[in-house]
Amino acid sequence: MAFEGLTERLQNAMSKLRRKGKISESDVKDAMREIRLALLEADVNFGVVKDFVKTVRERAVGTEVLDSLSPAQQIVKIVDEELTKVMGEEAVPLNKSAHIPTIIMMVGLQGAGKTTTAAKLAGYLKKNDNARPLFIAADIYRPAAIDQLQTVARQVDAPVFEMGTDTDPREIVRQGLAKAAEDKNDYVIIDTAGRLQIDEKLMQELQDIKEIAKPDEILLTVDAMTGQNAANVAKSFDEQLTITGVVLTKLDGDTRGGAALSIRAVTGKPIKFTGQGEKLTDLDVFHPDRMANRILGMGDMLTLIEKAQTDYDEKKATALAEKMQENTFDFNDFIDQLDQVQNMGGVQDIMKMIPGMSKMPGIENVQMGPKEMGHMKAVVYSMTPAERTNPDILNPSRRRRIAAGSGRSIQEVNRMIKQFNESKKMMSKMSNGNFSGMDQMFGKGMSGRLGKMAMNSMVRKQKKNKRKQIKALRRRK
Amino acid sequence: MGLFDRIKHAFTGNKPEEETKTEAKYDKGLEKSRKTFGERMNALFANFRSVDEDFFDDLEETLIGADVGFDMAVRISDELREEVKLRNAKSQQEVAQTIVEKLVDIYDEEGKDEKNSINFAPTGPTVILFVGVNGAGKTTTIGKLAHQYQEDGKKVVLAAGDTFRAAATEQLEVWGQRAGVPVVSGKAQSDPAAVVYDAVKKAKNEDFDVLLVDTAGRLQNKVNLMKELEKIKRVISREIPDAPQEVLLVLDATTGQNALIQAKQFKETTDVTGLVLTKLDGTAKGGIVLAIRNELHLPVKLVGLGEQIDDLQAFDPNEFVYGLFKGLITDEPAKENE
Repeated sequence: MAFEGLTERLQNAMSKLRRKGKISESDVKDAMREIRLALLEADVNFGVVKDFVKTVRERAVGTEVLDSLSPAQQIVKIVDEELTKVMGEEAVPLNKSAHIPTIIMMVGLQGAGKTTTAAKLAGYLKKNDNARPLFIAADIYRPAAIDQLQTVARQVDAPVFEMGTDTDPREIVRQGLAKAAEDKNDYVIIDTAGRLQIDEKLMQELQDIKEIAKPDEILLTVDAMTGQNAANVAKSFDEQLTITGVVLTKLDGDTRGGAALSIRAVTGKPIKFTGQGEKLTDLDVFHPDRMANRILGMGDMLTLIEKAQTDYDEKKATALAEKMQENTFDFNDFIDQLDQVQNMGGVQDIMKMIPGMSKMPGIENVQMGPKEMGHMKAVVYSMTPAERTNPDILNPSRRRRIAAGSGRSIQEVNRMIKQFNESKKMMSKMSNGNFSGMDQMFGKGMSGRLGKMAMNSMVRKQKKNKRKQIKALRRRK
Repeated sequence: MGLFDRIKHAFTGNKPEEETKTEAKYDKGLEKSRKTFGERMNALFANFRSVDEDFFDDLEETLIGADVGFDMAVRISDELREEVKLRNAKSQQEVAQTIVEKLVDIYDEEGKDEKNSINFAPTGPTVILFVGVNGAGKTTTIGKLAHQYQEDGKKVVLAAGDTFRAAATEQLEVWGQRAGVPVVSGKAQSDPAAVVYDAVKKAKNEDFDVLLVDTAGRLQNKVNLMKELEKIKRVISREIPDAPQEVLLVLDATTGQNALIQAKQFKETTDVTGLVLTKLDGTAKGGIVLAIRNELHLPVKLVGLGEQIDDLQAFDPNEFVYGLFKGLITDEPAKENE
């Protein structure tokens, strides 16, 4: 239910933005409002939301928009990244003491799941670390709390140190630690009673236990369904005890667990584990990035965004290829040029108009009557599209085929290919704005500003036609 | 006379001081909730400069921060936008008054035909079924309630329907000893419906007045567990047609938006008749009561205010709301605007 509400909200925001190519400040503001509400609805603490939205807004204004992402999607992407950042980039492992035992203290409100988590943790350590943990039953207040610990401890096969409910928890911990030292347990897990962060007497008790045990790890256990209060609880426990990490329980429910974000943002302490079920193996290492998706309730959307991003990269790559193609010269361009020249009235006529051209050595060999041009075209048209764009593959066998196809001699085909290669060289020089070769070719006549302008316009025209060709080609595909 | 006016009257000195011992305790337990709600609202008004979008954002945040609930917060700020336009309210007092009026109106309107006391069967045993997610405080609530009814001279029996969680039965048994009432229990991991059946039989045959049924905590999205709950209820209804007289959803007051989903799901499977709000002494928010009324349409019947056996109170919503808005209406010299 909540999921749908959120996705719907975000999509509404997006439909408003969909047709906008560029994000203006006010668009961002609208989108931010939606995201703000979405986060608040996911139980993220309002103070945290406020700061968060501010950061995202600053980032969102003025970032380059990815082509294939709508501005709203882009904002969601930023939100996701920031969420992950706030929650920590990657999983944080348990602290481990240099000397045994490593002491872990479980603290939290009533009913958060400390005892169950303690048992899960012991199971986890036994499995992954071959640990020999000892539980210390320091909850003397809740009825049958020790029984509960003993039962779950039996299930994970770990010993419990308990002294009943009449001994002060401080004393229990002291003696429990002595027992652990004696038995050489490598992990000690202290299960404390649930308490409110505002209960001064009981909080003092925890501080005393901390003094006695000097735990390597103080894990605050928090119910993932906790609302706005989660931040207060975490902050207060952290201030009084300096917790080292957080366990988020009951995540197998349908909560979106905004509490996770609040806690991390308020205390800066990492969430180390999550409880995801009632079985004693249901303990998972926390992955911040996955949680970010869950909070926004839009795993699909993010995949979509990721996909859009890869699409975008592909598009960029094609564009780059096109650009490179634009600067290459192939038979398509050759034909294009021939057509241009033909429209102007034949090469020889043009050449005559160019001063100094007639003095060029070997100019008389250039036979470029309309008939010759027709022959050249025939040769090119006998090529496959691949051969036209990539003339380098023209081996003798292909040349023979082309000659047969166009009804010209093999020599003529060879000469034409040679001519084409010359043109190619010339074209690449021209596109690079390098006319030195041309000067030689055309003599002094082509120098000067006017000549350059003429050349430039020709290059531009050629490029334009080339782009058209590529486009047409793409359409046909 | 609307609730708003009644509240106003209550705070302009017409209400005689008749605080009994329980009321004092009740007040103390909820002191924090009230204080913070009032403080929050006052802080909001103190920062008030002009009625603009930023103000409505702040208002939303303040309300959500007070756990008024997301929908309600948005609804109030939306309605307020209209209202402020209509009345052309500009000054801090005008806006403040409009907001409080709005809150009270919504609260009043949603709460019609609400019954905040526990239903008892006219004859035969009254069965009260307790449901809720893990760690909400079902067993503790039952223990406290058993004590209360026992004190009232009722004959009470408990059913340890949580056969799943480690030592849950033992926990209930300890409460049974404290309150001095018998507990019907079965083996760990056995069928809870069987335990409940035994308990209902016992209640019927031995003429008990009240049967309080504990169940294992379950997350509302676990279909099988919810089915189990359905079965338990069916077993009760088969033995005593009108029972259970009450199905109480035990709700941790610190729960966020998920509370609404919990209520919805539990309502679907077990036809919840009322709520028990536990751990209310720890929340710095009183707003949850408003949210529940607005969005759940379920009456709060009991509130848990501490860990002691007598820390369970019947809930008087009006009393609570009086307290909630106390600081906001008394300093209000807005009379002449009307």
